[in-house]
Formats: sequence, C-alpha cells, structure tokens
Amino acid sequence: MPAIRFQSVSKTYALPHDQGAFRALDDVSFDIEEGEFFGLLGPNGAGKTTLISILAGLSRATAGQVSVHGFDVQTHFADARRQLGIVPQELVFDPFFNVRETLRIQSGYFGIARNDDWIDELLHSLGLADKAEANMRQLSGGMKRRVLVAQALVHKPPVIVLDEPTAGVDVELRQTLWQFVARLNKQGSTVLLTTHYLEEAEALCNRIAMLKKGRVIALDRTSELLRSAASNVLRFKTDANLPWSLAQHARITGRVVQLPAQDAREVEQVLAQLREAGVAVEDVEMRKADLEDVFIDLMAGEQTPLEVSR
Amino acid sequence: MSDATTARFAPLGWRALLYKEVLRFWKVAAQTIGAPVLTAVLYLMVFGHVLEDHVKVYGTFSYTAFLVPGLVMMSVLQNAFANSSSSIIQSKIMGSLVFVLLTPLSHWGWFFAYVGSSVLRGLIVGVGVLLVTLFFAVPPFAQPLWILVFAFLGAALLGTLGLIAGLWAEKFDQMAVFQNFLIMPMTFLSGVFYSIHSLPAFWQQVSHANPFFYMIDGFRHGFFGVSDVSPWISLGIVGSAWLVVSAVAVHLLRIGYKIRG
Repeated sequence: MPAIRFQSVSKTYALPHDQGAFRALDDVSFDIEEGEFFGLLGPNGAGKTTLISILAGLSRATAGQVSVHGFDVQTHFADARRQLGIVPQELVFDPFFNVRETLRIQSGYFGIARNDDWIDELLHSLGLADKAEANMRQLSGGMKRRVLVAQALVHKPPVIVLDEPTAGVDVELRQTLWQFVARLNKQGSTVLLTTHYLEEAEALCNRIAMLKKGRVIALDRTSELLRSAASNVLRFKTDANLPWSLAQHARITGRVVQLPAQDAREVEQVLAQLREAGVAVEDVEMRKADLEDVFIDLMAGEQTPLEVSR
Repeated sequence: MSDATTARFAPLGWRALLYKEVLRFWKVAAQTIGAPVLTAVLYLMVFGHVLEDHVKVYGTFSYTAFLVPGLVMMSVLQNAFANSSSSIIQSKIMGSLVFVLLTPLSHWGWFFAYVGSSVLRGLIVGVGVLLVTLFFAVPPFAQPLWILVFAFLGAALLGTLGLIAGLWAEKFDQMAVFQNFLIMPMTFLSGVFYSIHSLPAFWQQVSHANPFFYMIDGFRHGFFGVSDVSPWISLGIVGSAWLVVSAVAVHLLRIGYKIRG
C-alpha cells in the first residue's frame, strides 16, 4: 500500500464575476511509496500547494481521490490526518503562547496528553531548546519556521509533508532541518517535499514529480531525470545581450549564462553564434547538467494551455 | 465504527482545543475579564445613582438591586459571544487556524471546545460582575437553580452565535457589524435596565420577539422569584433557540464553511 495515493485528482475554482472556471489541477495521479523522499516541483501556480491542501483536508478535490496509508482524506479524515505531519508554507503562529505550550497544545489535538519527552527531543533536534519558554512573538522568522516543523512532527506522523520549508531561511536552519528530516526518513518516515531550491531536491529526493499548470509533466527517479537531460552545460560570463536563438534556452543569472551543450560540436556551434553576434565572453567552462537544467528544459518544452472553461 | 464516529469520540483532542481557548483568554485576563467587569460596575454606578429614587420594579426591590442581575447577564452574553467570535476571526485572519484544521478533530470537537470556552469566559465574567456589584446592592437569590440554568444557556447560545459569526466574517469590520448592529441592540433592548412592564403595550410586544429578553427575564427570576413571563416559557424559548443555533453551527463546521476550500 502506498504512503500517499493521488488518483485522478482535479480541482476547479470558479472565477469571480461569472468569468468561468480555473482548473488548478487536471487529472493528477501518482503514488508515493512508504519510506520515499519524494519531491514535488513546479513553478509558482503549478498546483503544488493546491495538491497538498487537498491532501491535508484544507481543500476538497473537485474530482478524484487522495488517500494516506489507505485512508481516504475525506471519508476517513481523522485516520488520514493522524498519519500526516504538514509544515505549511506560510509563516503562521499563535501569538498567545510560548513554544512549549504551542507544542503541547498541538500534541493534545491528536489525543496525546503526556508528550514532553518527544517535545524535548524535537526542541533539541531543531535547535529550539533555549527558546522553549519564549513567546512565539519574540522569535525570529527562522525560529518560527523551526516551531512549524516541530508542530508538524509532534504526533510522530509516518508521513511528513514539507511545503517550501526553506523559503527565506538561513543556511544554518536549512542544514539543521535537512539533517533532521533525513534522519527521520532513514528511520522509515515518508517525506513529500515541495521546494523552489532544486539543488535541495536533487540532493534529497529519490523520486520527483514535476507539475506545470496543474498537470504532471514528469515523474521519475531523480537519477533518471538527470540522465534524460543534456549531459553537459556550457557556462560563461558576459555583459552583452544574447541572440534570441540562444537566449530562449539559456539560464541567465546576472552576468552568468548557462546553455545546454551535448558535445564539442554543440559547444563550437554556440561559440560561433556568440562570435557572430559580437558577444564577448569570459570564464568559459563546462559542467554536468543538474536538476535545474532538467526543470528548465521540461518547463520550456511542455506547452500546457491555461484551462479556462465556460 | 465510521471515521466520523471515531473522530467524534476521540478522547482528548477537543479537550486540548478547549484548554487552548481557555488559556487564550486567561492570558489576557485584564482585557477579557477585568475590563467587562469594570464596564458593568460603571453602568451600575451611573444608572443606579441617576435612577435609584425614580424607578421601582416588582413593587419592593430597589432599582440598583434590579439592575444587578441584568448587568450580570448582559456581561455573560456579550463575553460569551466575544470569546468564540474573536478567537475564530483572529485565527482565520492570522492563519493560525490551520493548526486546528490539520488535526483529526471532528466538527463536534470544534463545537464543544469553542462553545465550552465561551461559556466558561461568560460565567467567569458574570461571577466577577456579581461579586463587585454586591457591594452596591444585594438581590435576594430566591431560586438559584434558575440563575445557573439561564446563565449556562445564555452563555451557550451566545457562544454558539459567536462561533457562527466567526466562521461567517472574513474581516474585522464584518464582525463589528454583527456585534454592533445585532448583539448590542438586542442585549440593550432586552430589559437589562428596565422591566418591560414599564413599556407601552406595543414595545412590550416587540420585546417579546427578542430572544435575549427571555434569557435576562429568566435569569432575573432566579434572583427575585418574579419575572415578566414564566421562567418555564423562557426556558423553552431559550433552549429551543440554542438547539436551532447549535444545529446551524455544527452543520457549518461539518461542511467547513469558509474554512476549508
């Protein structure tokens, strides 16, 4: 039995002022097996958070079924939610309580009355031990994020869902968080991660699904996705504008340009086009393709129209 | 046993939410308990001083003594409503309601916790107002059981209404409309400051259409042993109103009205 099963999940929102309907998810189906570290990737608006909201019971699917360890999230919501620990994307907190109270209360919602040993372990593992008695309002953004993670894990769920947990947080927290989550995964927990940091997904996830405009456009082992990409990338710096024929395939970060180039012949073709366009380049080097290259390639390649029906 | 049933009888979950709701108002007790007690005492001092020698009710009781139960009940009702409504609207707007939405708590768990904490806050404020106002006048406490019954039912009814208002409102100003244009006028026009027998016949009839009147009249019956209508009639009307409002609240929680997409 899979840890999470999405079966033909669709979600349609009515647009205001009778403007028809927007299809946020379109027939999404895939399984996440027990013990997997699974990445759900996609650009903003792809439907990642909508899918997680349906999994969490925060939203209802227009069609299809979602189950956690066999429990349907609608008809067996209580059992399904006991299996899930969800770290929400928004940095939300209850300003009335301190950290320990927050965790005890969250624990109580799941019917666990005496949970201080596990709460202490969570506080210690997430670097919150010295903040246990601090009010939530007094914590920095990074510390609040750690509390969100602790809240999600307080009932020891076998399935952990992290919705962009490292958005806007410092390197130290990222490392603490990933070490801790990797340890839980090694101990048997299933992890579903959404992130915009593709190097994190590449390093952590053994399988990945990519969403675009509500549809799954890729679903494979991370290693297979990397194999499917152009094996090499040409990287250089320039101050000039690239010709359009190159720019449409390029990853551009400030002065740094990265272009797929399979072999020496393709490298020569790119350099010839640059010379022709009068683009001066420096620090030219080759590197292996990474997940971000795969992501850009897939997102550029799949033309999925925005679904608006009337 | 169905999932809804196992969730409904989950042994501790709703108690944690009840505890959290009580702790929430207890942590700001100066605002949630102290302030309404002070407001009620100011009403008593001002109205009692101005009207003491001009108004006699039920023949023998002083106006200040008459005023005490009305002010106690008004405080119970307003604070029970404020508790559930403000808690839900705040956590909706701040986003922290998600911590409850992600749990296995059923709609019954939500209902008992939010209404239970509202009843508790209403009763604590009511006892506070009563203790302080006893320095000014001591009503006779003729039938204490009625006092307890109507205090509980009134707080439960208003706590449930607050729950509905909290679910419905999306902004603080919508909540203010509910509070200022519905709860406040109905409370003030329910006989807190006067016996409806002192009103012209038409306004007496209008008062009979106000369910808040029966809460205060029944509650006052517990103190004086006399009232504008029979406490049994008031019990029937208030009890029925609570059942109807509770059915609406539980239904809204079950369908996730404005809290689940």
